[in-house]
Amino acid sequence: MSKDIKIKKGLTIRLKGEADKALSNAPRSRTFGIRPSDFHLITPKMVVKEGAKVLAGDTLFYSKTNDKIKFVSPVSGTLTTIERGAKRVIKELLIDGDSQDSYKDFGIVNPDNMKPDEIKAHLLGSGCWPFIKQRPYDVIANPEVAPKAIFVSAHASGPLAADYDFTLKGKENFLQAAVTALSKLTEGTLHLAVGGSDVSPFSGLKDISLCKVNGPHPAGNVGTQIAKLDPINKGETVWTVSAQDLVIIGELLLTGKYKADRIIALAGSSVKSPKYYRTTIGAEVSTFVYDAGLDEENVRVINGDVLTGKQISLKGHLGAYNNVVTVIPEGDDYELFGWTMPVFNKISTSRALTFSWMFPKKKFELNTNTNGEHRAFVVTGNYEEVFPLDIYPMQILKACMVQDLDAMEALGMYEVAPEDFALTEFICVSKQPHQQIIREGLDLMYKEIG
Amino acid sequence: MGLKQNLHTLKEKYKGTKMSPAFNAIHTFLYLPNETTHNGTHVKAADDLKRTMNMVILSLVPCLIFGMFNSGYQYNVQTGDVSKALGFLSTEFWNLDNLIVGAWKVLPLVVVSYGVGLLVEFIFAVIKGHEVEEGYLVTGMLVPLIVPVDIPLWMLSIAVIFGVVIGKEVFGGTWMNILNPALTIRAFLFFAYPTWMSGDKVWVTGAVDTVGQPDAISGETILGSLAQNKGYLDWSLMDQFLGFIPGSVGETSKLLILVGAVILILSKIGSWRIIVSTLVGALTMGLIFNGVVAQGWVTESSKFFGLMNVDFWQHLFIGSILFGAVYMATDPVTASQTNKGKWIYGFLIGFISIMIRVFNPAYPEGVFLAILLMNVFAPTIDHYVINSNINRRMKRLKVKTA
Repeated sequence: MSKDIKIKKGLTIRLKGEADKALSNAPRSRTFGIRPSDFHLITPKMVVKEGAKVLAGDTLFYSKTNDKIKFVSPVSGTLTTIERGAKRVIKELLIDGDSQDSYKDFGIVNPDNMKPDEIKAHLLGSGCWPFIKQRPYDVIANPEVAPKAIFVSAHASGPLAADYDFTLKGKENFLQAAVTALSKLTEGTLHLAVGGSDVSPFSGLKDISLCKVNGPHPAGNVGTQIAKLDPINKGETVWTVSAQDLVIIGELLLTGKYKADRIIALAGSSVKSPKYYRTTIGAEVSTFVYDAGLDEENVRVINGDVLTGKQISLKGHLGAYNNVVTVIPEGDDYELFGWTMPVFNKISTSRALTFSWMFPKKKFELNTNTNGEHRAFVVTGNYEEVFPLDIYPMQILKACMVQDLDAMEALGMYEVAPEDFALTEFICVSKQPHQQIIREGLDLMYKEIG
Repeated sequence: MGLKQNLHTLKEKYKGTKMSPAFNAIHTFLYLPNETTHNGTHVKAADDLKRTMNMVILSLVPCLIFGMFNSGYQYNVQTGDVSKALGFLSTEFWNLDNLIVGAWKVLPLVVVSYGVGLLVEFIFAVIKGHEVEEGYLVTGMLVPLIVPVDIPLWMLSIAVIFGVVIGKEVFGGTWMNILNPALTIRAFLFFAYPTWMSGDKVWVTGAVDTVGQPDAISGETILGSLAQNKGYLDWSLMDQFLGFIPGSVGETSKLLILVGAVILILSKIGSWRIIVSTLVGALTMGLIFNGVVAQGWVTESSKFFGLMNVDFWQHLFIGSILFGAVYMATDPVTASQTNKGKWIYGFLIGFISIMIRVFNPAYPEGVFLAILLMNVFAPTIDHYVINSNINRRMKRLKVKTA
């Protein structure tokens, strides 16, 4: 047991439409979509052509900059379309799934007796490597650089997040295999953070340093945990893996099959009966969204949670890293005197005739309205209230906006990822796109400093 | 088709044209816009800048209303039409006669301040093609409250144009400005028309016109009187606290300023750190001066004695230190932007305000100068505060590599 983390700064956003702890199997999706844009800064180099038959686990493409990093098909079927955009950028790969998956066999292994290099090669070859991300830069980990530590957050504190205790229940053997394998890839520790609960599937695992986090969101963000346990310095790298992907890694090691199955939470105030579904990476979200039913027509479907997710259409596919699909009402309507009337039905951290502070337990039904227009940064001191890292949020955002690399580095850019700025973006009075600013800043640093 | 739909059609029609910022500025006052989030966070908190600014304006309204009554009251007391008010709710103060005299003087100031200022803002928004920022809504409200009641409207107009253009737009508009625009306007008046902005003639309406006549109206303030070693005139401490004294339009009632401060702090709009530290700074300087007098280093013959001898806590009741601390120093754009910096920034404002007040008897109101000075130094304070964060990070790295 390592030290516990307790944070005070932050904001837990309580929304209506939390997923019921009931698990259904989503109907088998007809097509499966893989979007290379899910893998930030990866330029895909295709291995298979349109019309080719693939097995689950067959390589579809690899990274142009590092051909060892392979991306594999989540299901068996036929690659029907390679959708391209401007400058022939690959936007999406569509696979017509077979009715029954057949898997490529990677061989059963025992991670306890494997050497680090063997594990690395096994994960790279089987397409499990993209589940490992690195900081700085919040991109897929560079296999050449050894991390000083690996972090896994098994505490989901975001709005309407899937409960890991529920989705990973009964997968302990896969989790154990995955953490054993990963822990050999670093000289340091594999930190695994859980929330307060006692029934966590992680509590009995070995080869890890378990710690408990509590406090408001972003306590569950891996960035917060890194900052509290072992902050990143210049020149250091840490890897992060999300808890649900440990299952896929573990299953690959123990069964030899790349099984891209995932239990996801379908949540949000527009969903009639929000609950958990067993589905597959890349599956059409409509398979389970229509199964659960929608309350209204004018909705926003989000791959991920409302703070960090990506907007998709109802015909879209489940993202590679997401274990939540959120559906909330669109807010494309005017509101008479909305800027000055007292507000009871929206969340706010101020008390400027906004009264959410009086109802700390109330669950809100938020829509996608920005509640105001984009403005310059004016208000100060409010970001700090929801930002637990030892970093000046407004100053680092401004450094990114003016592309001042020295200032970005000095202010702690190596430690952050866009998701760490989701809460400051949420409460921003000036409606600035913080996550985008940070993403562009990180991309610039990656390009210039690497 | 209701108003909402008609306005929406108009907005779409003028989208992208030169006039669209001007139209949108008015449209968004009626309706919260229909804008939705794109990628990034898909939901947003309820507050926008309009709401934030609106809270500041709401907290200023009591001061404005009181200022109207007080302007009339000061005049009527001196002409003998009303007798002295005894309590805060006294009908000698809150009556129609006072309001009519006062409103006749104060409302034109408000109209000119907003009219001229917003016109300049709209012109710049149209030229530069950005949305009209809300910053001026607060500035336009502050300006009438910090000028003498009898100021000619042309003078105010010139000052407002100067303040908005030089104080704000040349730096790139809201959030780029270094100096508080309302105080820039006041500073311009102060240095361009010094006889109007100080002395003992201008603080009560009618005082200038009746100079030399036997029934002349005195326009003297307590601060001016103290600076000349003449004592408190005949106003009690309670008068000062409640605000039944001459002074700039909106800054006399310490009680209502405190009400405004409570609104700002409770709504988390104003920084309590700045307000508290400014007052602490002022009290500290006052205490130091009291100590100097107690040591006998400054005697009654000194021209500094009058103000130096004021009990340290009474400084808060005199002049506009409280108004400056609550409404001026807290302007987030020109103040320090780090929480630690805010403590230092506020403390120095209070400290320097009282210092200027005591050592500059000719123009004893030093608050606006102190705030403008600290506006200039705020980025420096922030720089050192942020550097300590950077150094902490560097140290962590050194420990690691050592």
